[in-house]
Amino acid sequence: MPILKLEKITQEFGGLRALDSVDLEVREREIFGVIGPNGAGKTTLFNIITGIYVPTEGDLLFKGKKLNGLPAHKIASLGIARTFQNIRLFGRLSVEDNVKIGSMALMPAGFWSSLLGLPSERKAGRKAEEKSRFLLKMLGLYEKRKEYASSLAYGEQRKLEIARALALEPSLLLLDEPAAGMNPAEKDELMDLIRRIRDDMGITILLVEHDMHLVMNICERIAAFDYGRKIAEGSPDRVKNDERVIMSYLGDLGE
Amino acid sequence: MFWEQLINGLTLGSTYALIALGYTMVYGIIQLINFAHGEIYMWGAFAGLFLVTVLGVNIFVALIGAMIFCTLLGMLMEKIAYRPLRGKSSRLSALISAIGVSIFLSTLMVLLRGPNTTRYPEVLRVKTFSLGAVEISSLQIIILLVAFLLMAALTFMVQKTKLGKAMRACSQDLDASYLMGINVNRIISFTFAIGSALAAAGGVMVGIYYNAVWPYMGTMAGLKAFSAAVLGGIGSIPGAMLGGIILGVLEILGVAYLSSSYKDAIAFAILILVLLVRPQGIMGQKKMKKV
Repeated sequence: MPILKLEKITQEFGGLRALDSVDLEVREREIFGVIGPNGAGKTTLFNIITGIYVPTEGDLLFKGKKLNGLPAHKIASLGIARTFQNIRLFGRLSVEDNVKIGSMALMPAGFWSSLLGLPSERKAGRKAEEKSRFLLKMLGLYEKRKEYASSLAYGEQRKLEIARALALEPSLLLLDEPAAGMNPAEKDELMDLIRRIRDDMGITILLVEHDMHLVMNICERIAAFDYGRKIAEGSPDRVKNDERVIMSYLGDLGE
Repeated sequence: MFWEQLINGLTLGSTYALIALGYTMVYGIIQLINFAHGEIYMWGAFAGLFLVTVLGVNIFVALIGAMIFCTLLGMLMEKIAYRPLRGKSSRLSALISAIGVSIFLSTLMVLLRGPNTTRYPEVLRVKTFSLGAVEISSLQIIILLVAFLLMAALTFMVQKTKLGKAMRACSQDLDASYLMGINVNRIISFTFAIGSALAAAGGVMVGIYYNAVWPYMGTMAGLKAFSAAVLGGIGSIPGAMLGGIILGVLEILGVAYLSSSYKDAIAFAILILVLLVRPQGIMGQKKMKKV
C-alpha cells in the first residue's frame, strides 16, 4: 500500500486550475521528487497534502485513510510534517523551543496539566527535552539551542526547520525546496542528511526542488509537473530524458 | 502632593494595563482589535457586584468568580462571533462583528439593569497609611498587588509553559503553527479566556475603587486601554503593561496639574502622538514590508 495516494486531485482558485486531476502515489520509505517550472502547481500540491487547502475534487489518502477536509493540525499530528520554501521558523522563540513546539502536538494538551505541571505533563516535557536534544545534535545545532531562531545563519535555519518537522515524528516528511539558497557544499551535506533521515529513521520523503543535480541524485522516483498536470513520472533517468519534460523546461526547440 | 498623585496614577494605570493586555494578546495572534473587550470588562464589574450583593460573598471570592465568568463569556464570544468568520472573510468583517458584540453586550446590560450607575457596596474597610508625607489607602495597595500578581503570573505563563510557547508561536506565524500540529483554534480561544479574565479583574477593582459601575463604563475604559496597548506597542505583552501604567500616571498628573476637564483628552492626545511619532509603540517592533 502506498503511504500517500492522490486520486484525481483538482484544485481551482476562482477560474484558475492550479492542479488538474492529478494522480500520485508515494511508496513507503522512498525519496520522491516533484519537479516543474514555476507555477506548475508544486506548492499547491504541498498545501493540499498538509491541509491548508481543501481540494476542489478528488481524494487524498494517507496510509489508506482519507484526509480531505481534515484541519492542518490534525494532519500534522497524523504524521505528515513539512518545511517551507521561504523559511518560516518562530524567529523569536529559542532554537530549542522551535523544536519543542513540534513535539507538542503529540502530547496531551491539557490546560490544567500544563499550568499546574502535573506528573504526566512533566514526563511529556522530559521526553520533548530528550527528543529536542537528539534532533539538535543530529543536525549540529545543539550548541546554539538557547539562541533565537532568527539569529541563526541561513543554512542553519533551513536545518532547524527540518529538526522542527522531525519533532512531529512524521512518517512522511515534505521538503519544499530544501536546497534553495545553499552553496554546493551545503547541498552535499543536505543530500546526506535527507538520506540519513530516510535510512535511519525510516521516514518517507517527498520533496519539491529546482536543483536538478540534487533531485536526480537522491530521488528514487520523480514526477514532473507543468500547468497543474503531471506530465511524466518514473526513475530519474526516465524523467530526465522525457521529451515533454525537456520541452517544458527548455521550450519547444523544434520551432 | 506629587507622590500621592503618582500612586493614584499607578493604581489607575495598573487597571488600564490589565485591560490593555486583552487587546494586545488578541491582536498579537489574530490581528483583530476586539472592540467588545471593554464590555467584557464592564460585565466583569457587574458580575463582581452581583456576587457581592446577591450572594454576599467575600470580595476576593467575587473577584475570582467574576474572572471565571468573563473567561467563559470571552470564549463564548470568540466562538460565536469571531471563529465562524476566520479564514472565510476579511479581517474587516471580524472587526464589524466585534463592534456588534460590543453594542449587544452593553445594551443587554442596560436591559437587565437600566442605564444608571450602581454603587458598589462597601466591601472593604479602607484604611489609610502614611508613608512619610505620602498617604496610600489599603484599597490602592490591594489593587496594585493584585494587578502585579496577575501580570507576573501571565508573564510566567507566556514565557515558561507549553501553552505560553504555543501562544507565542501562533503570534509569530499562525499557518506554520497549524502545520506544526498546534490546535490553533484552541490557542485563540485560550487567549480570549486569559484576556477576558484579566479585564474582569480590572472591572471589579475599578468598581470598588470608584465605587460605581454602569453599563457604558466599558466604552471609555476600553478606548483608553486600547490607547495604552498602542502606546506600549500593540502585540507586545510587556508593552501593554508599561503603556497602561504610563497612561494612568499621565492622566492623573494631567488632571492634577492641568485641568480635570482634560481627563479623557490626555489618553487620546497620547494615542495620536504615538501614532505620529512612533507608530510601532514603545516595545513594538517595526515590521518591514517585503516588496
